[in-house]
Amino acid sequence: MVRSYLPASIRHHPATLWVGVALIAISLIALPFALSMVGMAWVRITNLAILFALLALGLNIVVGFAGLLDLGYIAFYAVGAYVYALLASPHFGIHLPFWVILPIGALFACFFGVLLGSPTLKLRGDYLAIVTLGFGEIIRIFMNNLSEPWNITNGPKGITTIDSIKFLGLDFGTTSRFGDFALPGLIKYYYLLLFILMVVIIVNLRLQNSRVGRAWEAIREDELAARAMGINTTNMKLLAFAMGASFGGVAGGVFASIQSFISPESFTLTESVMILAMVVLGGMGNVWGVVLGAILLSFVPEILRYTVEPAQKALFGKQLIEAEVLRMLLFGLAMVVMMLYRPAGLLPSAVRQRELSRSES
Amino acid sequence: MDVFLQQLINGLTLGCVYAVVALGYTMVYGIIQLINFAHGEVVMIGAMVAFSVIVALNGSGVPPPLIVALGVLAAIPICMAVGYSVEKVAYRPLRNAPRLAPLITAIGVSIILQHVALLIWGRNYISFPQIIPNETYHLTSSATSATITNIQIAIIVLSIAMMVGLVLLVYKTRIGIAMRAVSQRPDVAGLMGISSNNVISFTFVIGAGLGAIAGVMIGSYYGIAHYQMGFMLGLKAFCAAVLGGIGNLAGAVLGGILIGLIEAFGAGYMGDLTNVCTLDKFLPGFTALCEANNNMAVFGSSYKDVFAFIVLILVLVFRPQGLLGERVADRA
Repeated sequence: MVRSYLPASIRHHPATLWVGVALIAISLIALPFALSMVGMAWVRITNLAILFALLALGLNIVVGFAGLLDLGYIAFYAVGAYVYALLASPHFGIHLPFWVILPIGALFACFFGVLLGSPTLKLRGDYLAIVTLGFGEIIRIFMNNLSEPWNITNGPKGITTIDSIKFLGLDFGTTSRFGDFALPGLIKYYYLLLFILMVVIIVNLRLQNSRVGRAWEAIREDELAARAMGINTTNMKLLAFAMGASFGGVAGGVFASIQSFISPESFTLTESVMILAMVVLGGMGNVWGVVLGAILLSFVPEILRYTVEPAQKALFGKQLIEAEVLRMLLFGLAMVVMMLYRPAGLLPSAVRQRELSRSES
Repeated sequence: MDVFLQQLINGLTLGCVYAVVALGYTMVYGIIQLINFAHGEVVMIGAMVAFSVIVALNGSGVPPPLIVALGVLAAIPICMAVGYSVEKVAYRPLRNAPRLAPLITAIGVSIILQHVALLIWGRNYISFPQIIPNETYHLTSSATSATITNIQIAIIVLSIAMMVGLVLLVYKTRIGIAMRAVSQRPDVAGLMGISSNNVISFTFVIGAGLGAIAGVMIGSYYGIAHYQMGFMLGLKAFCAAVLGGIGNLAGAVLGGILIGLIEAFGAGYMGDLTNVCTLDKFLPGFTALCEANNNMAVFGSSYKDVFAFIVLILVLVFRPQGLLGERVADRA
């Protein structure tokens, strides 16, 4: 199954393939332990990178597969996170297990996706961009203000002491000990996230080559022709939008449990832009490209944080540009430069490249 | 009644600013069918540049109205230069690319402009010096009646002047004819000897110039400026342009004023309308709660930014072409 997505040179050499798979698997399993020697902070950064990869893959369904621009994707992430926080924290005194909440979060996010998509997807794509951009802000306004007269979201203060995920008797929030072997919570989350990421990647790959995926591709390349071929374009676009939203909802739930604290501050336009930049940089429509983009854009800013600020202090004696600002400039530049010079991304999907290099009359 | 009149004046002032910004969106959209996301940022830069000039000249002996005028005069060419460069660098190379491409560069440019502004003017809210004293006039002789300030009058008068000027430009001059021709059929306009690239650049420049003035107006109205101020303003102005019918100049003005009024009345009345304490006749359960706290508004004025957006959704559902628009919105 997985084999058909690999380059031909590897596909025809099963031995190379399995050695490669084994090597990758071992390095992925060993990675958090290697990182934790450098510092636990890097495990956390890796976890966030995987989380962003999940989000980027969700957005990729909307932007990459169906060719719709969603500028408020973080809103669905926020919905998922808040659903998790409200159903598993002392805030309302509800403590449901994660496997109950994550589907609820996905459903809620999906509901909002449909609510937002149904009026706009009948129209041209620009409207969707602006409506989602607005929705991203609106959700934040609601989170900030739904603390009066009834305290639902606890306003700007956010929700604290959210339950960690508990599974098979393991509490992901604390360090487990097996004899002398200690397994910190962050590393457990790493494995959980890695598992979810692999599931999502497989779902995405399967989706791409399914009937639905081909319908999306047809809509993206020529909506009129797709409709003439009997595709219900509005429903298909709505499906893409709803699926993207529910992926975001699941990622949000996991985020809430890892951080154990969420507030509206975590769900700003900045994050939406960041996820979009990941998709654009890696290659819209290409699952591996998007994962690469997410990992690059999660790690580069962290590396910048550790290098740019000391470098500036050494060179100029003071800090001229904060790493945070530099990060945003980088995202903005990534989007502009990629669209101008390499519109199909670092790892282009074959179809997408053909389409983006073709000029429309 | 006084509250009503007061909100009417506030809404009208705000609406005029939205209308001027919306004109920038609608002109660009009318001519190349592109949402110029960076327009809100151009407005922000206008406000910031004017702020810098005003602060620099404040107390130098130059009369205050002249200082403000100089601020505006400095902001206009800078914003025009920004608008021109954005079009040239980020949109022109992608004019024949799939629609998604310029939208993505637009959001990228918008982020870049925001953070360049952050580098220059800092992260904090900066307050506009009130160098022109704020004079308040009562509409009636009663001391509690609705008021209008000199700044509000200036904003309304200036906005109307700009709108009239723009209409004259588009309908009475040669370049206006060229703009309308390019918006209808760029290729045929080219055959008639019109350089559509120049005309499109000109449209961006005019839109940015209007945006610069709008930025100064909103900055002096609220008294503050911030590197992210363009985002919400741009979003609302876009809603206004869609409400009026995007691509339609009169529509942008109408939409802008309507959005301003909706926002002002929404902020003024939403709290009272959704105050559950006014329902205690019907819902006896609230009586006890309301004795402790008389103001149990479900949606207060903190939701004012939401109204424009709700209007946008409603317009897209019920009248996607907008109030005055004739274009069919459903084009793939």
